[in-house]
Amino acid sequence: MSGTTDKPRLSRVHMLDLLRQMIRIRLFEDKCAELYTQEKIRGFLHLYDGEEAVAAGVISLLEKQDRVVATYREHGHALVRGVVMKSVMAEMYGKREGCSGGRGGSMHLFDNTTNFYGGNAIVGGGLPMAVGLALADRMRGEKHVTACFFGEGAVAEGEFHESLNLAALWGLPVLFVCENNLYAMGTALAISQSETDIHAKAACYKITSEAVDGMDIVAVEGAARRALHAIRETGKPYFLECRTYRFRAHSMFDAQLYRDKTEVEVWRKKGPIERLRTWLEANHMIHPEELERINAEIAAEIAEAVAFAEAGSWEPVEDLTRFVYAEAAS
Amino acid sequence: MLQATRQSGITETTYREAVREAIRDALKRDDRVFLMGEDVGRYGGCYAVSKGLLAEFGSERIRDTPLSESGFTGAGIGAAMGGMRPIVEVMTVNFSLLALDQILNSAATIRHMSGNQFGVPLVIRMATGAGRQLAAQHSHSLEGWYAHIPGIRVLAPATVEDARGMLWTALQDPDPVLIFENVMLYNMTGTLVADAGPVDIAKAAVRRTGSDISLITYGGSLWKTLEAATQLAAENINAEVIDLRSLRPLDDATIMASVNKTRRAVIVDEGWRSGSLAAEIGMRIVEQAFWEMDAPVGRVCGEEVPIPYPSHLERAAIPNAAKIVAAAKAALGRD
Ligand SMILES: Cc1ncc(C[n+]2csc(CCOP(=O)(O)OP(=O)(O)O)c2C)c(N)n1
Repeated sequence: MSGTTDKPRLSRVHMLDLLRQMIRIRLFEDKCAELYTQEKIRGFLHLYDGEEAVAAGVISLLEKQDRVVATYREHGHALVRGVVMKSVMAEMYGKREGCSGGRGGSMHLFDNTTNFYGGNAIVGGGLPMAVGLALADRMRGEKHVTACFFGEGAVAEGEFHESLNLAALWGLPVLFVCENNLYAMGTALAISQSETDIHAKAACYKITSEAVDGMDIVAVEGAARRALHAIRETGKPYFLECRTYRFRAHSMFDAQLYRDKTEVEVWRKKGPIERLRTWLEANHMIHPEELERINAEIAAEIAEAVAFAEAGSWEPVEDLTRFVYAEAAS
Repeated sequence: MLQATRQSGITETTYREAVREAIRDALKRDDRVFLMGEDVGRYGGCYAVSKGLLAEFGSERIRDTPLSESGFTGAGIGAAMGGMRPIVEVMTVNFSLLALDQILNSAATIRHMSGNQFGVPLVIRMATGAGRQLAAQHSHSLEGWYAHIPGIRVLAPATVEDARGMLWTALQDPDPVLIFENVMLYNMTGTLVADAGPVDIAKAAVRRTGSDISLITYGGSLWKTLEAATQLAAENINAEVIDLRSLRPLDDATIMASVNKTRRAVIVDEGWRSGSLAAEIGMRIVEQAFWEMDAPVGRVCGEEVPIPYPSHLERAAIPNAAKIVAAAKAALGRD
């Protein structure tokens, strides 16, 4: 399968698919933002706007049995991984038909059918879990890879360092993907790290590590292909720092006092969707009608997801205390 | 800043502004005081408590930290031991678990373990509680756990006056003080006298006097309990409402004086029921006032589940006025 060779694939069909994956995330989340203002979605909502190339470039290379661990900014990861859009949207609503039964919401998407291990809203909390999943695979003689996504903010947590060390020390098949969007809420990388070159930190733990332009999905995919190839060959961890940017607020409560509008505008021009689309256009690899068709198909999928979520049901209050523990099989 | 709708020295303010004013006041009064935590500066505080303070006091004293709860809480401990008076802000109590080792194994322990040679005059503030649909990693009420730990004081300001007044008193304490701010209170408005300042942090307050039953609570649950008391009054039940204010140490005297009068008690606590602060208070009543009681002590606590996201389940998981009314009536044999 595509995941095991490290040759870049620039075929037209493949490139269009990557574009489609990114647009699908973007449009889904645009809808979520709208639904948030309508109070259909509540709580915290963290959008991935600008960072789509990372999830799309990495996750589409994973095998079915591989595992994914993500953060509270994980809608894109879930969608690319194949968590059904309807069930993601229903989860955003808190409906029973959601992928976590409605109990988790935006920050806690889970799906065992796609080995999607959440949706962790404790910064850095997913890294040790990813190490453990990989340890289990190693001990059971399975060849799967665990891909673990986290922001550069997590790099300051002890769990980041503990996890990298364990993965390197025990030789575990983890693909660490740092989504470096330069800000942890309002805290810029430069005021939170003495060494801002994050991929260098992983190298200190003797983990093969590279930094890649996270706005360029071809570059992300190429790096991820190399990384997965290396992990499958050696069984050892690999670290990818994807340099990216978040175009929108941290969450829906953020007044963005910490950065200039112009900075955001400059980055928007480098957006991953824009970039791939203009490249495809320049190389005559996409017709305007194709783009329209992609947009229309996605719009229809989103409309269906919204209708599904709207029609969904609320979990009865009597079920509140179910699943605190496993239930005895009847 | 206190928003001035001044009438004869009374100011209307929000809980959030009252906390901010308390921090500002402390920074002005004592140059050893500084505030440190995630996003307290440039972002303006995750609940906008410290908004504006960076511009006024600069980045040395309004110190943004990386995401390193254990590290900066520990640094607060060290700075306190080294002669400063830090206010450490942890975004929410769920994240304070990353700093629990520092709080329990260092801050709470050092005075005793060092034979009284070192103390830790540190204040740690954090948000607590459910109600904003933030789900199971952002919504818990773990202040009762902290109240389990000898060596620290645990405060729960429920009123604007306490939000304004507890911080300075806490900073004067030679030992660590944890202040829990319920997230549902930040937008609450209340009035302050123009010269509002430090308040006592040792005593519970009787927020409503009554003769039929004592409703004992703290923090965000105070307002639900007062609402319940109003509903009970409509049925000729005259409830007394006690706001604990300090969860450690507990003001046994105020609790016992109340239950000795009313002979019935219900404890309202957003924390999980088993092993809760409510359990501790109930046991103290049993130990100290058993023979005065006319009915078993009742409890309204959080359901024993991680807090779920959907509003109807979240509401069902925590105390509300209806549950408190029902528990009070049960204690009075009036259901
Ligand atoms: C342990 C912990 N501390 C603080 C927070 C609050 N918080 C949520 S997201 C965030 C910023 C994280 O930034 P980063 O890791 O770079 O990821 P990004 O949000 O940029 O994707 C903070 C401080 C948290 N969720 N968990």
